[in-house]
Amino acid sequence: MTFIKPLNHHPKLEKNNLGLTRRDYEGAVSSLCAGCGHDSISASIIESCFKLNIESYKVAKLSGIGCSSKAPAYFLDQSHGFNSVHGRMPSVATGASCANRDLLYLGVSGDGDSASIGIGQFIHAIRRQVNMVYIIENNGTYGLTKGQFSATNDLDSKNKYGDDNLFKPIDLATMAIQLGATYVARSFSGDREQLIPLIMGAMQHKGFALLDIISPCVTFNNHASSTKSYDYIREHNEAVGKTDFVPIGEEIKTSYEEGTSVEINLHDGSKLSLEKTDKNFDPCDAGKSLNYIREKEKEGKVLTGLLYVDSKSKDLIETLNMTETPLSQLHQDLICPGSDVLNLINKDLS
Amino acid sequence: MEDKKYLFKRNNTWWVKVAVPKSLRNEFGFDLRQTTGESDLENALKYRDKIVESLKSKFKRDGRELSLSSAKYLEKTDISNPQYFHKVVDCQYACPAHTNVPEYIRLIAQKKYTDAYMLNWESNVFPGILGRVCDRPCEPACRRGRTHDKAVAICRLKRVTYDHKGDIESYLPEIPSEKNGKKIALIGGGPASLTVARDLLPLGYDCTIFEKDHKPGGLMRTNIPSFRLPEDVLDEEIYRVVEMGATLKTNSYIDKLSPLLKEFDSVFVGTGAPKGKDLNIIGRSKASKNIHIGIDWLTSIAFEHVKKIGKKVIVIGGGNTAMDCCRSAIRLGAKDVKVTVRSPYSQMKASEWEIEETQEEGIPILDNTSPKEFLYDDKGKLCGMKFEKMTQIEIDGRKKMRPTGEEIIFECDDVLLAIGQENAFPWIEKDIGIEFGDWEMPIVDKLTMQSTHPKVFFGGDSAWGPENIIWAVAHGHQAAISIDNFCSEISLKERPDPMTNLVSQKMGIHEWSYDNDISQAQRYVVPHAEMSKSLKDLKTEVELGFDEEMALEEAQRCLNCDMQTVFEDDLCIECDACVDICPTDCINFIDNDTEEKIRDKLRVPAINLDQSLYVSGKLKTGRRMVKDEDMCVHCGLCAERCPTGAWDIKRNSYKESNTLSKRITTKEIA
Repeated sequence: MTFIKPLNHHPKLEKNNLGLTRRDYEGAVSSLCAGCGHDSISASIIESCFKLNIESYKVAKLSGIGCSSKAPAYFLDQSHGFNSVHGRMPSVATGASCANRDLLYLGVSGDGDSASIGIGQFIHAIRRQVNMVYIIENNGTYGLTKGQFSATNDLDSKNKYGDDNLFKPIDLATMAIQLGATYVARSFSGDREQLIPLIMGAMQHKGFALLDIISPCVTFNNHASSTKSYDYIREHNEAVGKTDFVPIGEEIKTSYEEGTSVEINLHDGSKLSLEKTDKNFDPCDAGKSLNYIREKEKEGKVLTGLLYVDSKSKDLIETLNMTETPLSQLHQDLICPGSDVLNLINKDLS
Repeated sequence: MEDKKYLFKRNNTWWVKVAVPKSLRNEFGFDLRQTTGESDLENALKYRDKIVESLKSKFKRDGRELSLSSAKYLEKTDISNPQYFHKVVDCQYACPAHTNVPEYIRLIAQKKYTDAYMLNWESNVFPGILGRVCDRPCEPACRRGRTHDKAVAICRLKRVTYDHKGDIESYLPEIPSEKNGKKIALIGGGPASLTVARDLLPLGYDCTIFEKDHKPGGLMRTNIPSFRLPEDVLDEEIYRVVEMGATLKTNSYIDKLSPLLKEFDSVFVGTGAPKGKDLNIIGRSKASKNIHIGIDWLTSIAFEHVKKIGKKVIVIGGGNTAMDCCRSAIRLGAKDVKVTVRSPYSQMKASEWEIEETQEEGIPILDNTSPKEFLYDDKGKLCGMKFEKMTQIEIDGRKKMRPTGEEIIFECDDVLLAIGQENAFPWIEKDIGIEFGDWEMPIVDKLTMQSTHPKVFFGGDSAWGPENIIWAVAHGHQAAISIDNFCSEISLKERPDPMTNLVSQKMGIHEWSYDNDISQAQRYVVPHAEMSKSLKDLKTEVELGFDEEMALEEAQRCLNCDMQTVFEDDLCIECDACVDICPTDCINFIDNDTEEKIRDKLRVPAINLDQSLYVSGKLKTGRRMVKDEDMCVHCGLCAERCPTGAWDIKRNSYKESNTLSKRITTKEIA
């Protein structure tokens, strides 16, 4: 028996505008545990890229260390990739984004990589508004080192061996809103209908887009006393509403009752439409959103969906007032003034 | 790709098939079928809707229509019904004798040729013969034709089991030395009778075969030329049955049935459809010396009564017999041979591969050409034929051939007529209780093969007209069961159930008992003998068969459709791992709905209605797992990537029961 996925696909498999099927966006066969939530997220990324007609070579996948950070090997095998030091993916992303503003930066990180060793980097990437999609595959556990609690694990939950978690969790989504991230969503790997439009929105968003995706670890954190298990999340999941991604040139067809829907224009002309479950929730108001998340938390719910969005803010490239042409494509003459200028400067110094 | 909903191809013709609603299956069976009479898909599509409508109208009950897409939501699939997974194994399901194709192909891949041969022998009796000349209903059904390009060369692999097998003596069933005292007469020494004998001899029956020629084999011997089926292959497989203890009476034409009824406990009629149709047009009687009935002429060649033919030969007819006639004529020395067919080329009845081989040998096929007159010279010798060109028109949705008025004359020395065969039972007395229905055909029970005379059973072409060898074998098995029941005074309706088993193939972590690394290669082409040699000799076999290397490569193309994906609702945590890994997007988790809507909503819509949907019970989220069986390549990756073992790969072995089932000593392959 081999684990090579046969190359042939369904002869009637749908093709996108580029003439590609979703299988053209696949990577190697996953070596993560069977049933890992991360694989579902990979599949959702594949589906999003397929639907957005993205050319793989215009994407850079960046990651750190951890199960989550292995995942980029399992999708978009025609894209650029950089697997960095533990927790240092945001720095690499910042540098890469400055060097070539034309690529779509897709950072894939985990709760250990972002909420512990890399939390400083995480904060500053948001502060600087790096134009990227930052996906946290959040399973509340260190799966690669046999299931210790991570910093996002909930206070009341137990690990696989029955030990209590003694510390309160860090909520990366609310933290991101407070730090000024301009696109923040939470979702669940087991709910693709919600997840795919959110990833598509994040990819078309300009600025820092954070997706905190709860992604159950089937091996170490999917037991009855876990709060990041498939069953727990399915039971406690409360969506802020139904998000739809509306591509450029398409109209939103459904008409919603007044006050129940929000329409968000993304910078490339596509739209996100959110049909809210609660009139009081407003994803465009950071303060209200934070309160709402807290309220739901008190009720014991895990609030998912598009939590906050600001589609008019500046990103890092704009703030730094960088050239339209990516630095990586500028000719050396433009970047380097040459030896004559150097001699002049040296003369001044002598 | 065109929408082939409701359509399937059999021989060279498109048929319409409509599934029968579950509630009516007792009455109608699994599906209703009707031919469109078209070999061209585009034309078949024109008739499809009308035929579907007329077939569906049969489901009407008390004026109320029992629609196929009734508003009912899908129910959980009952996989305990052996028919469910049986239908997934397309080749085995399509084979009239239900030969377990994937199993023998795996045995070939393991170089266990003798086991592979015996597995075939048990279900189809003549693997060496069928491996050369079977009509292969399995190949158009082969899943590979849908998922890739062309079907696995199943028939040629069957031949490999014959060509490479070892000594099978010890595998053969034991024949009891003490007989059970029941005497069975088998009229006709063709495949149907031989199958009945093979099935009854190990049970202690005393079987006597009456053969009109001096050698047994029926049309297999007389009508299939040696260049397609060598005599030694025929003899080996035919005499193997005879040597199991049958009494063979050759040169024994039966001209009365009633004496046999007195002497024997039961009589099986396997006399085939031995009468070639004649063409009574102007000049037929005058020039009769050089006008031959195709099947009789082929018989004369087989028995070496005919050794030559004129230089210019016209063969009339578009079926396989016509192809055999023209190719034989070339080998007897004819220089100018042509085939004329009344219908358009696309509607010829011959198998695609036989038409191809005929054309490869340089024989022209002239279609829309209808015979009008035999021409002869003053001495009364045939010298040519007059034809009229035809054209096909459509009246009220039915196709009709109409003459165009254009006439052509071809010179010829001999004409071979291959325009069809008929049954003929002049030897059956009309007053002994065997009733005949339309077209003088005996009334035979579809299930039991029993005629209206309880002691007399029919099978093969003699039952319902010309079919082919594999159907004759299938009939033979059923007739043997009936005869055994009849002689044991058990109701004929009590048929033994098929023997089925569904066994997990998981051997350990990442270990499965079969190889899922399917070859992506194209179908391998069978090497042919040098044409310069084969066209000169009637006995040089044209197809050489796969050598071992090619056979092993071809075997790797099989998708192992008997390796079933079995889903356990309670274990599923809906992690979607199977959905992601499935290379052909068969697996879906979806809210329940009517079949029509579900088929439309799947990841890839399931438009092939011949293939089932595998539906789970309600899962935790309220959704259902729905798998479209159509494109599954049985790679087992769903089970490999399932964290909880909700998916398992289980081998579905399905063995059609015959009377031998319990007594045969073929090693069970675990």
